[in-house]
Amino acid sequence: MDQFFQQLINGLAVGGIYALVALGYTMVYGVLKLINFAHGDLFTIGAYLGMTLFVGMGLAGKAPVLVSVLLVALMVMGLVALLGRLLERAAYRPLRKAGRLSAVVSALGASIFFQNAVMLIWGGKYEVYPETMRPSVILSLFGMGVPLIRLIIIGVSVLLMLALYWFIDRTRTGTAIRAVAIDQSAARLMGINVDRIISLVFCIGPGLGGVAGMMVGLSYGQIDFNMGFSYGLKAFTAAVLGGIGNIPGAMLGGLLLGLIETLGAAYLTIAWKDALSFLVLILILIIRPTGILGERTAEKL
Amino acid sequence: MKRVRFPEGAKIPAVAVLIMIAALLPQVLNQYWIAVCVSVGLGALLSLSLNVILGQAGIFNMGHAAFYAVGAYVTAVLNTRLQIPVLWLLPAAGAAAGLCALLVARPIIHLRGDYLLIVTIGIVEIVRIALINDVGGLTGGANGIFGIARPEIFGVRIRRDIQFYYLIWGAVGLTVLLFSRLNRSRVGRALSCIKEDDIAAEGCGIDVARCKLLAFVLGASWAGMAGTLFAARMTIISPGSFTFWDSVLLFAAVILGGGSQAGVILGAFLVFGLPEIFRDFASARMLIFGLALMVMMVIRPQGILPPGSRRYDTGFLSRRERAAGDGRT
Repeated sequence: MDQFFQQLINGLAVGGIYALVALGYTMVYGVLKLINFAHGDLFTIGAYLGMTLFVGMGLAGKAPVLVSVLLVALMVMGLVALLGRLLERAAYRPLRKAGRLSAVVSALGASIFFQNAVMLIWGGKYEVYPETMRPSVILSLFGMGVPLIRLIIIGVSVLLMLALYWFIDRTRTGTAIRAVAIDQSAARLMGINVDRIISLVFCIGPGLGGVAGMMVGLSYGQIDFNMGFSYGLKAFTAAVLGGIGNIPGAMLGGLLLGLIETLGAAYLTIAWKDALSFLVLILILIIRPTGILGERTAEKL
Repeated sequence: MKRVRFPEGAKIPAVAVLIMIAALLPQVLNQYWIAVCVSVGLGALLSLSLNVILGQAGIFNMGHAAFYAVGAYVTAVLNTRLQIPVLWLLPAAGAAAGLCALLVARPIIHLRGDYLLIVTIGIVEIVRIALINDVGGLTGGANGIFGIARPEIFGVRIRRDIQFYYLIWGAVGLTVLLFSRLNRSRVGRALSCIKEDDIAAEGCGIDVARCKLLAFVLGASWAGMAGTLFAARMTIISPGSFTFWDSVLLFAAVILGGGSQAGVILGAFLVFGLPEIFRDFASARMLIFGLALMVMMVIRPQGILPPGSRRYDTGFLSRRERAAGDGRT
């Protein structure tokens, strides 16, 4: 039981990170029907930027750790969002009228570009997050040791997801995003500036992804230039699992995938951990092709 | 609109010249570039096989390396355990890869494009993990299998790169020939129709699911046979050669090329050869490659050489009927 509870917390923490990254995939897919393969690498850049900013500004010991980490997180969010926006301008906007597969290849090119840029800037080896940045407190909950950072990650990711959900569901801009996702030309006729909405989506998604990357560094301590690949793939799987294009679906899919993976590794098999999530995905797609929360839509009639 | 056409007669000499150049190329290249050309040839073979699935039938397959892996491993296992000559294993490798494709694609072939994409990604990852975990004690785990025999043709043992050059590019030539026949067949026309609009195709009486499945299995078994050639050339295979990343590069080669056979071979040159040409930039070469991929797509979204529209033999029509037809298209 103890072990189960611990694994549950671990699973939720990983799941929260998957969910945040999955939101970026699903929102971009929603408005552009594009799989943004470079998203995983923006996530990596977030992780590296977080480390560099913290060390570079010499924040260690100047302010309470939580405050300085929060400050860095906000800066990472802004910078990665900017990068996402630039990416959309340079690599996707010119291809909006072209076939969807050309945009996918452009996204693959962007992914290769970012991955190698990270490798050239920060080096090809593992980087270790500074210890001063990581709250190493271990809480005792019901007689069990739970690292505080895992709980913070769960809390922050849930908070961000709720904020996003509120934004999409309640605000005018959020409504515009939903409208663009449903029908771009109709949205344009309603006076929505579609280009601006798409730019905005490319800010929100990468912003959340960048923070998620930083949380991986905070939680596990180690980052490398290649990490965006596996996290990106898992997060994308999560987005499909929940129903791609569907925002609550991405949240649910991410948390679910994190749980499946952690519990599967703990109780079934660790060697097949990565295969397990894909197996679940394939089964779900066979049974319910639109994902868990996806709505059945007529494709072309 | 009037289209500029190559005179029909110019096509055959042009192809002949290309074949001559391909045949003479290894005489002027050094060892290193011959080895690069062999890799590009394998890439071209795989890209052509993926083109049947992705380019002709329009099925999003980003897991092609899985079938390549199945072919290579079937070859390696049967060769090292039972000492069956490598080239005799071509049909076995093709059949095994095709069977895998059939089993995998049967329940998912009706899914929408993007779902198919993620499922094929999932398959390539599952295959890779299965290989690493040494399924049935046959695959040798992360180290793979070594000691695969060299192929023999008419008593000549093929071991030097220059010999592999001719073997593999010969296979590419044969593939182009067969697949262009396929493209002109009833199935090929059905596939083009499905790619343009599958609902309309269904309405025309085409069994869409069956045709898609056929294309998928054919492309996969072709990749399996390419796997045999790969195993024979490397003599060592390991799971690291069959990753999602390799599938991505094949995908990029097909889309970059545009979907015609010549385009796909050109795409394979760009994807598998270009990073070698950028070798002088050392560690920045993949950076430049990524950038080049983006720029090329932005400049030419339809790919470098998209397939031309189909031309039919209209010799049996009268001149007036032909003129009327031209005016309409």
